Amino acid sequence: MAKILAVDDSASMRQMVSFTLKGAGHDVIEASDGVEALKLAQGQSVDLVLSDVNMPNMDGITLCKNLRQLGTYKFTPILMLTTESAGDKKMEGKSAGATGWIVKPFNPDQLLTTIKKVLG
Amino acid sequence: MSIDLSQFHQVFYEESYEGLDAMEQGLLEMDVEAPDDEVINTIFRAAHSIKGGSGTFGFNQVAEFTHVVETLLDEVRSGDRAMNQSIMDLLLVSVDCIRSLLQDLQAGDDPDLTQATDLKSQFEAILNGESASSESVGEVNSEDNTAEPIANEGGGKGYKIHFVPEETLLQTGNEPTRMFRQLAEVSDDCIEVSANLERLPSLTAMNPEHCYLAWDITINKAIDRSEIDEVFEWVIDDAEVVITEFDLSDSTIEEQASEQIEEPIAQAVSSEVESIAPEPAADKAPVENTAEKEPAKAKAKAKASTPESSSIRVSIDKVDSLINMVGELVITQSMLGQLGQNFDITRVQRLQEGLAQLEHNTRELQESVMKIRMMPISFVFSRFPRLVRDVSRTLDKKIDLVLSGENTELDKTVMEKIGDPMVHLIRNSIDHGIEMPDVRIAAGKPETGTVELNAFHQSGNIVIEIKDDGAGLNKERIQQKAIENGLIDESTTLADEQIFDLIFQPGFSTADAVSDLSGRGVGMDVVRRNIASLNGSIEVSSETGKGSRFVIRLPLTLAILDGQLVKVGEEIFIFPLVSIVESIQMDDTAINNVGGHSDVLQLRDEYVPIVQLHEIFSVNKDEPPADDNIVVVVETDGEKVGVVVDELLGQQQVVIKSLEENFKKVEGISGATILGDGTVALIVDVSGLSKMSGTSIKQIDSAHKAA
Repeated sequence: MAKILAVDDSASMRQMVSFTLKGAGHDVIEASDGVEALKLAQGQSVDLVLSDVNMPNMDGITLCKNLRQLGTYKFTPILMLTTESAGDKKMEGKSAGATGWIVKPFNPDQLLTTIKKVLG
Repeated sequence: MSIDLSQFHQVFYEESYEGLDAMEQGLLEMDVEAPDDEVINTIFRAAHSIKGGSGTFGFNQVAEFTHVVETLLDEVRSGDRAMNQSIMDLLLVSVDCIRSLLQDLQAGDDPDLTQATDLKSQFEAILNGESASSESVGEVNSEDNTAEPIANEGGGKGYKIHFVPEETLLQTGNEPTRMFRQLAEVSDDCIEVSANLERLPSLTAMNPEHCYLAWDITINKAIDRSEIDEVFEWVIDDAEVVITEFDLSDSTIEEQASEQIEEPIAQAVSSEVESIAPEPAADKAPVENTAEKEPAKAKAKAKASTPESSSIRVSIDKVDSLINMVGELVITQSMLGQLGQNFDITRVQRLQEGLAQLEHNTRELQESVMKIRMMPISFVFSRFPRLVRDVSRTLDKKIDLVLSGENTELDKTVMEKIGDPMVHLIRNSIDHGIEMPDVRIAAGKPETGTVELNAFHQSGNIVIEIKDDGAGLNKERIQQKAIENGLIDESTTLADEQIFDLIFQPGFSTADAVSDLSGRGVGMDVVRRNIASLNGSIEVSSETGKGSRFVIRLPLTLAILDGQLVKVGEEIFIFPLVSIVESIQMDDTAINNVGGHSDVLQLRDEYVPIVQLHEIFSVNKDEPPADDNIVVVVETDGEKVGVVVDELLGQQQVVIKSLEENFKKVEGISGATILGDGTVALIVDVSGLSKMSGTSIKQIDSAHKAA
């Protein structure tokens, strides 16, 4: 069981991700944008961060940069949920310190398979 | 693990509609010449979320269409494409199109793709034409097809992987040991890993957070190359990864074969493969949907009629204040409880104080709870910029819409019902009120007309003003029309307000009047009726050449009513206070019998039809009618009715309970309430009552004239 921070401005995506992860026995903390996520992250450590890229207030890339600045998040896997298949978004994520990405649309099974790559 | 995605659909619809509203609003307030970055970003994000969500939840038609919209927006956002009027128009139409696709899906219907297909080709023309990027549309589906169906070719190849990560690899959260574990999984442990220590510096020079090791990995099993690529997908730019194939020697194959016999791994492989293999959500969901479709259909249909009323967003402030109130209430309750434990007469004073406190708390709590249902009227106002834009374009008129008081709050139910009448009024203002630009210039007015919307609170009501600086109502035409339609006599002389008021009369507008009438009058009776059903009222004032002003007054909520309690026999009835004009004491002589069957009351210079409440509701009244009756004069739809009652009781706020839900609909009664002593009192439906009385001013007027 892992503690996962799920960040997405879309409530339906957040619910889907959260429901899937909880169903697989994980602990899920939800945030609706980067600012909220960063605030939550500062109070605790998590095993994995799943974040959308396009969000109001603070986007996923900036969140990622900020998380890497926090001591506890130096090595934490951070996966970006992105619809952009184009390379430059992925590169931008990588250079911000993201571990990897999951391309939307994905279904619950794909999500679980992917996070297995970075957990444990 | 199978998860039923349909449970997230409702949330998806709701947020998508919100996103579409945001897109629409953003587009409307955008300056085409110099679009604001933040506005474009907001619009892009909304489209992006809708695309992402619809793809995930299996609404591929929506995802495909939204994809082209998003692509175009992305180009605008990144500055590769300049915004222009035609793009903006196209985007606005697309918003409507996506909305209607979603509505179809929500209703359980197959979406009508005609418009989407047409628009999509327009987008593609723009995207490919001057083209900054020419991403294909199909990509939304194909992009995750990275892994190909696994074909285990012939004798098979093994792989040697030379993996030299950059020293900073760990700081991206990637972890080589996890990657090896994954490789071991896909190759059923037919894997050898050896570390290469060449790069390892001396202990003092070592940064503990860096990765100095390199690895050589041999996979002695014929697996698909894509499985290996997937493992290294995220680190390919942060490492040197060299993958070479080699023919698996016979011996290895045998070795492998024997291993396979030992362990029942074949199954493990296939299940693993299944979950990795691309199975776009789309493929699955529609299947689930169809299975569920039939029973779900009726339910979805019923929902679709009121899609927005199922949930409500409440600001944290309101919830906090509510919690605060409840806290106060608990304190008061415990204070009173303590007081009651050993009560004696000397403490009456404190009891009274406590009860006053309780009353205060309860009232505050009630107000706070009511506030939860209150939403800013901007929810209604926000749809008008689009309306004004569209209508004025069709008519070639220039119009500024000025909104004020958008933060004025009113009950959600009232808000949902006031939208349509307002659309009607605004459309009329533009259509019939504001003149064509050349006419305006000739009249010495600015070329651009102005429609103002304003909302504010006034003595427990919300007032909504719709004002235009157009030509004003044409009195002569209205009068003429009213005479033609038999609403008034040629000889009738009416004050200006009375003339304007005629436009709200049923039967004032006829089909042919709609197009040629320069004033207004298109279905205004419906507008008034809708507003009256909300216990509200509408008035109009106008000045020729200067414009017209419509004023709608509505109660803040439909849940509570300021009522006048009256007694008839042993029963108590309640009149909405707003509908009461006056209450007078009259002796029988003031009541005349006109035309043999209906009673009228001569009230100063007017005649008002009289209704006996006890007759209409069959209330037993033992005492003979007193010499001096009390007549409550109420007004509805511009008509007065005098209602005879026995006694006027107090005025109080009553909580309205639906009679229809709890019993059945009763003509002349709009609801019920429970009074302080626990008895049920019925609330009189004033407009229903006047209909039941079977008489109207006109009939009385003519009867009176005939007499």
